Amino acid sequence: MELSPNGSFNLRRLHRKRVGLALAGVLFLATIFGIVVLVTLLVDVVVTSVPWLDGQFIASLPSRNPGEAGIQSALIGSLWLMGLTALISVPLGVASALYLEEYARDGWFLRLIQVNIANLAGVPSVVYGILGLALFVRFAALSNSLLAGALTLSLLILPIIIISTQEALRSIPSGIRESAYALGATRWQVIYSHVLPMAAPGIMTGVILALSRAIGETAPLILVGALTFVPFVPQGALDQFTALPIQIFNWTARPQDEFRGLAAAAIVVLMILLFTMNLTAILLRNYFESRRAGA
Amino acid sequence: MLPTNESADDAPADNLPADKAPPEHVSTSSDSSPRAPSPNGRANAAEDSAPTSPPEAPTDPAMDPKLNIQDLHFWYGDNHALQGIHMDIQPNKVTALIGPSGCGKSTLLRCLNRMNELIEGTTMEGTVLVDGQDIYASNTDPVMVRRRVGMVFQKPNPFPKTIYKNVTWGAEINGYDGDLDALVERSLRQAALWSEVKDRLHTSALDLSGGQQQRLCIARTLAVEPDVVLMDEPASALDPIATSKVEETITELKQDYTIVIVTHNMQQASRISDETAFLYMGRLVEMNPTDQLFTRPEKDRTEAYVTGRFG
Repeated sequence: MELSPNGSFNLRRLHRKRVGLALAGVLFLATIFGIVVLVTLLVDVVVTSVPWLDGQFIASLPSRNPGEAGIQSALIGSLWLMGLTALISVPLGVASALYLEEYARDGWFLRLIQVNIANLAGVPSVVYGILGLALFVRFAALSNSLLAGALTLSLLILPIIIISTQEALRSIPSGIRESAYALGATRWQVIYSHVLPMAAPGIMTGVILALSRAIGETAPLILVGALTFVPFVPQGALDQFTALPIQIFNWTARPQDEFRGLAAAAIVVLMILLFTMNLTAILLRNYFESRRAGA
Repeated sequence: MLPTNESADDAPADNLPADKAPPEHVSTSSDSSPRAPSPNGRANAAEDSAPTSPPEAPTDPAMDPKLNIQDLHFWYGDNHALQGIHMDIQPNKVTALIGPSGCGKSTLLRCLNRMNELIEGTTMEGTVLVDGQDIYASNTDPVMVRRRVGMVFQKPNPFPKTIYKNVTWGAEINGYDGDLDALVERSLRQAALWSEVKDRLHTSALDLSGGQQQRLCIARTLAVEPDVVLMDEPASALDPIATSKVEETITELKQDYTIVIVTHNMQQASRISDETAFLYMGRLVEMNPTDQLFTRPEKDRTEAYVTGRFG
C-alpha cells in the first residue's frame, strides 16, 4: 500500500484559540456563579445576625421574648449530639472498614455489602429518621432522648465513615504492608503498627467531615422527636434535647421579624462550629502527616 | 542427599537454622507448633553473633540444600505462571534468578516465603523445603516462615519512622528481648550503613537517599535474624553508585546468610552470584554455577538470553 500524503493542513489557529478562550470563560462563569451566591448568602446572614450575636445570646435559654432568647440549650444539645455520635460511629465505622478492607475475602458477599454501603450513603436523612423513630425511640424505648438522636445520626454517617476509612486504608502503599509481613509480622501487627497510623490522617478527615454533616442534620432529629422549645440544658444522654438546626428551623417559622435575626445569629454560630471542626480536621491531618514523615 | 517429604514431616517444624539461630530453650514437643513459638526463648544479641553449633548437627551443610523446591506450580487466576519448578538452593551462596520480564522469577521468589498467598486469587502447588521443613505444611505458620525467610523488595520502602525504629520493629514484634541498641548497630553494620547514619539514628528514615533506604531495608530484614534473604531486584531503582554499595553488601552477607536475588541486570548477576538460574515462560531452563552459565551455557536459549540475542 502506498502512502499518498495528498492532504493539506488547515491549521485554523485563530479559531482554535477562540474556542479555547470561550471555554475558559464559561468555566470561569460557572465557578463565579457558585461563589457569588454563597457569598451573598453569607453576607446577608451575618449582617442580619450582628445585632443579636452577643454573649447573652450564647448563654441564654430560648424564650418567647426575642430580646431574652438565646441558644444555650440548642448549642449544648448539638455538642452532646456530636460527642455521642462520634463515640458511637467512629469505633463502629473504623472497625467495619478495617474488617472489609483488611480481613474480608473478596467475593460476591463482600461486593454486595460494599454496594449496599455505597447506597446507604445516599439514602435521604428523613429515612434514617424514620428508622431511628422505630428502632431507638419506640423499640429500644429510648424515647426522644439525646441517645436516640445520636444513634440515629450515627447510622446516618456510618456509611460515610466506612467509605472514607476504606479509602484511607487503600491508600497505604502495598510495599509497607508487604515489608512488614516479610519481617514475620501478623496481620494485626501490620495493621496496628503501620496501616492504622499511616491511614489516621485520612480517617480523621473522613470522620470530621461526616460529623459536620451530622451537625447540620434537621430532618432525622425532628422525626426522633427533638423538641423545638427546650428551656433547660440537657444533663445526660437520656435527657430530652434540642439542637441548633432545630432551633433555627423553629425561629424561622415564627412570624415576628426579630426571630429571623435570632435565626441568622444561630446560623452564624452553627457555621463557626462547622468551620472549627473542619479546621480541626485540617490541623490533625497536617500533624499526622508530619509525624508520618518519621521523627 | 535431598530431604524427602517424610523427613520433612518428622522434623520439628520450628527447627531453627543450625548455623545462626541459637536453639530455643524450650524444647518443643515432638511435632512442634510453629503457631506457638516461644519468643522469649531467643537468646540475646551477644550470643547470636557467634555461631553456635546446634545440638543435632546437620550433615555437611554444603551437601544439604538450604532450599529445596519440588514441582512448584503457581497460578494467578488462570494464568499458569510457574509450571513445575525444581530447584536446590545452596546455603551461604548467592543464587541469582534471571530471565525476561514475566518469566516468573519474582513469583518464584515470593513463593519461598509465602508472600504470594497475600495476593487473592492465586493458587500454589508443589513443595518448598527450607532446611528440610515443608513451609507449606498445614501446621506451618506463614508468619514464622517469613521471619526465617526475609525479603528485600524492588522499591526501597522504609517504614515512615526513624532509622532506629525501622530496624527494631521487626525484632520487637517477634519478641526480641536483647539489647536493641546493639541489634541496631549490628544490623546496620551488616548492611554497610552504620557509618553513614550512626549520628542520626533517631531521624526519619525517609530523609535517607534511595540507596541508603535500600540498605536500611536490608538491615531491617537482617535484624530479625532470618536464615535466607530474598531480594527482588534490590538495586533496580538505584543509581550506579548506590547499586555498587548494595552489591558489596550482598557479597558480604553470604557468609552468614543464604541469598536468592532476582535481577534483570546480567552484569549484576555475574558479579555477585555463585549460582544462576535462568527461567523462561514459567519454567527453569538452566541452573548452573554462574561463571559456567554465562560462559558455557548448556541450553541454546540460555545462551541466546545471556548474550542479549533475545529478552
